[in-house]
Amino acid sequence: MPKILRPLEVYGVLPQTNCGECGESTCMAFAAKVADGVVEITQCRPLFKDPKYKSKLQKALEVTRPPVKAVTIGTPPYQVIVGGKRVMYRHELTYHNPTAIAIDVMDDVDADPLIKRAKAIESYTFERIGQQLRLNLIALRYVSGNPEKFAKAADVLSKNVSLPLILCSYSPDAMEEALTVVGDKRPLIYAATRNNWKEMLDLASKYKCPIAISSPGDLNTLKSLASTFISTGIEDIVLDPGTFVRGDSLAETINIFTMLRRAAIEKEDKSVGFPLMAVPAVVWMDPEGDEVEKKMKESYVASIMMTRYADLLVMHSFDPWVLMPLLVWRQNIYTDPRVPPSVKPGVYEIGKPTDVSPVFATGNFALTYFLVRGDIENAKIDAYLVVADSEGLSVESSVAGRRLTADKFAEAIKSSGLNQKLKKKVLVIPGRAARLSGELEELLSGWKVLVGPRDSSAIPEFVEKVLKKEMESA
Amino acid sequence: MSKELLDLLKLLDQASELELHDVTIEAEELAIEFLPVVMQTMAVTAPEAAAALKKVIELKMEKFEPPVIKYSGSIPEVQIGATRAEGGTRGKVIKIGGETCPPFYRFESPPKNRPIIALDVFDQPIVPLAGPVKSAYKDVLEDPAEWAKKAIQVYGADLVSLHLVSTDPTLKDTPPQEAAKAVERVLQAVDIPIIIGGSGNPQKDLQVFQYLAEMTAGERLVFASATIDMDLDAIAKVISKYGHNLVALAFMDINQAKELSRKLTEAGLPKDHLILDPTTGALGYGIEYSFSVMERIRLSGLMGDETLQAPLSCAATNAWAAREAWMKVDEWGPREYRGPLWETTTAIVGLLAGADMFMMMHPLAAKIVKGLAEILSKPKLDTKLEEIDYSDWVSMRV
Repeated sequence: MPKILRPLEVYGVLPQTNCGECGESTCMAFAAKVADGVVEITQCRPLFKDPKYKSKLQKALEVTRPPVKAVTIGTPPYQVIVGGKRVMYRHELTYHNPTAIAIDVMDDVDADPLIKRAKAIESYTFERIGQQLRLNLIALRYVSGNPEKFAKAADVLSKNVSLPLILCSYSPDAMEEALTVVGDKRPLIYAATRNNWKEMLDLASKYKCPIAISSPGDLNTLKSLASTFISTGIEDIVLDPGTFVRGDSLAETINIFTMLRRAAIEKEDKSVGFPLMAVPAVVWMDPEGDEVEKKMKESYVASIMMTRYADLLVMHSFDPWVLMPLLVWRQNIYTDPRVPPSVKPGVYEIGKPTDVSPVFATGNFALTYFLVRGDIENAKIDAYLVVADSEGLSVESSVAGRRLTADKFAEAIKSSGLNQKLKKKVLVIPGRAARLSGELEELLSGWKVLVGPRDSSAIPEFVEKVLKKEMESA
Repeated sequence: MSKELLDLLKLLDQASELELHDVTIEAEELAIEFLPVVMQTMAVTAPEAAAALKKVIELKMEKFEPPVIKYSGSIPEVQIGATRAEGGTRGKVIKIGGETCPPFYRFESPPKNRPIIALDVFDQPIVPLAGPVKSAYKDVLEDPAEWAKKAIQVYGADLVSLHLVSTDPTLKDTPPQEAAKAVERVLQAVDIPIIIGGSGNPQKDLQVFQYLAEMTAGERLVFASATIDMDLDAIAKVISKYGHNLVALAFMDINQAKELSRKLTEAGLPKDHLILDPTTGALGYGIEYSFSVMERIRLSGLMGDETLQAPLSCAATNAWAAREAWMKVDEWGPREYRGPLWETTTAIVGLLAGADMFMMMHPLAAKIVKGLAEILSKPKLDTKLEEIDYSDWVSMRV
């Protein structure tokens, strides 16, 4: 079983002076947050600065080191942290450091198209539940066979975009050429292999950059290389066990990733306790399949590998429909398993509602709330939005699961004060809660209950075609 | 070695660049006795020179041991369908479950049975149906038997889930005898076993299931679903009396799943006739709860919690509730790819969490997920990893 950090363990290695420098009132409160992974132990300044805590600091670093090391790629403020995992399963503890997604670029294209693609990657964003979902790195691939071109491309990228880089080449010469230009930006060196590891190890050490060890399909060599690197003091390591997707090999890829993560967390094998990287972009090497098939496959392979412990992904496709499922799944899986994303039940005003404005009702799943609110705003109507307690679930799930009932809607309306306030009492319930409408009319005397559209995006049309007439006649 | 020399070496180690004129005198002094050391230090000219000095030059081969652990429990195998010899009329039977380790942990044991894909069929044309789905079935929407045939013969589903939506009291409120006609016609049209779905109304579903269980006695079908507010004693008795299987639907709640399982088995439902459905939220709409509840159920079952030892059902169809799957938004890209991919991803999340049986809608999504299930469930791989030029991805031209 995983060793989950306990607050008391952390407390034991703190100064225990309750100095408050970290922003917490007590060391115990700070310890609880560190154990939860919400704050880093480094926030305890006395521990790191005051020489009298030297032995405590040593212990603190040991105690708080996650079984999968956290590795930083890039430099502040654009750095990306990968790994830092403490558990296998999401329900054990919130996953930290969302899987970083890199998109590839080739070194043998001209500066203009290179800059264009890199800037597009950097500025790509998809807004969801109040969060901007983004891509995290650029993977520069050594296609040209010319070290100077590789270095030039790295230089162009670092001058035009802020995203951290992965320098992808098995040639130590090309790698060094690029590192002389961008080595101070802490790119990820990809990769040390069985054949080039000595030279690559020297480069990682010389430029103080994180390094990926690649040993496709051969875990003995992967582990041996990692152990060797550790013994020379190099520990900012990312492991690449190979991403195989052709034929039935995907089953083995999943198997390998799962073994590595379990060995790190449940067997405490330190030599594989590093972030894992997967390369869904390999689907583009397959001669079979058309472009759309490849894009689909790349997307679901990426989702599979993210679910099965990849901390870093390198992708080639850059279409929104390919990336959206992956980005949304990442947003989902990296949430606190104990708390559904929800908003507070109650009455929310949209625009400037008066005593003759309509009332919309919905559940308190955060996504539902944001969507419904946006759609009522799109309808350009002043209204009240009553949010009933659906226990953080979507309307469909909570109605089916009897978590959102007519009683709950009625209770939300009654406690909202709208009963007394409104002259016209018109309530619009979600189309997915249609089955509650009869019971609700009985519970809310004097109210007219309308069933709205099944998807709130149809609210503007509903307002025009139905609601306005109903409000006039009410 | 004197302290001064050590200090000097330390100093040299810290230098990132070495300008020779700065060290001329010392170097001459050192040259006599310490030249090799200094030369080495200078050649590396790196901050980690000291570490590099004691660098391990040879790769010491180690062995990676697969992290196998022991499980005290296993998942029962559930048989769906019965042949004539077994008292039914099906040409083919399907088995699910039987796991002895977490999903696709091949290093422990390859899966005993492949997860199966059911395509949804409705007993009346339902509104709304997402555009890409509707176009796949537009010629059969009025006829559940033709719809089922197309799902099996054209789209390659393992079985169909026939949803008797017309029985919903808030819709047509079709009586059980009437709903039975669609069931009979589907059973005659295809020779694979089927899943019979109700309307979600606990009282009505019980009546419908009671009637249909008797009518299809011995066929070993799947009835979906028993919920916590249903008369569990009555449903367990009728399902077991006529030899069928039952899906117990818990709403993203592991304790409710336990309670359902316990009550149903206490009322006489055999353990190998129970399938648990912890509810599948769409990708982006609560799927992470489904994922975590499924993982917990499966792990608890393997660790010995008998109430949670059951194959899992996943209604990936729910993916179509997500507007990202169907809504026309130009910057999101074409809906005909986006929708199936959304459903595929939703199903994959369930697959990796341990689901054994999928209810799906879009033929392409079903095909992809079935293909993955086949690959992941193979007892032994045909592909040799060392024959794939993985590392070429770095230099490929695309």
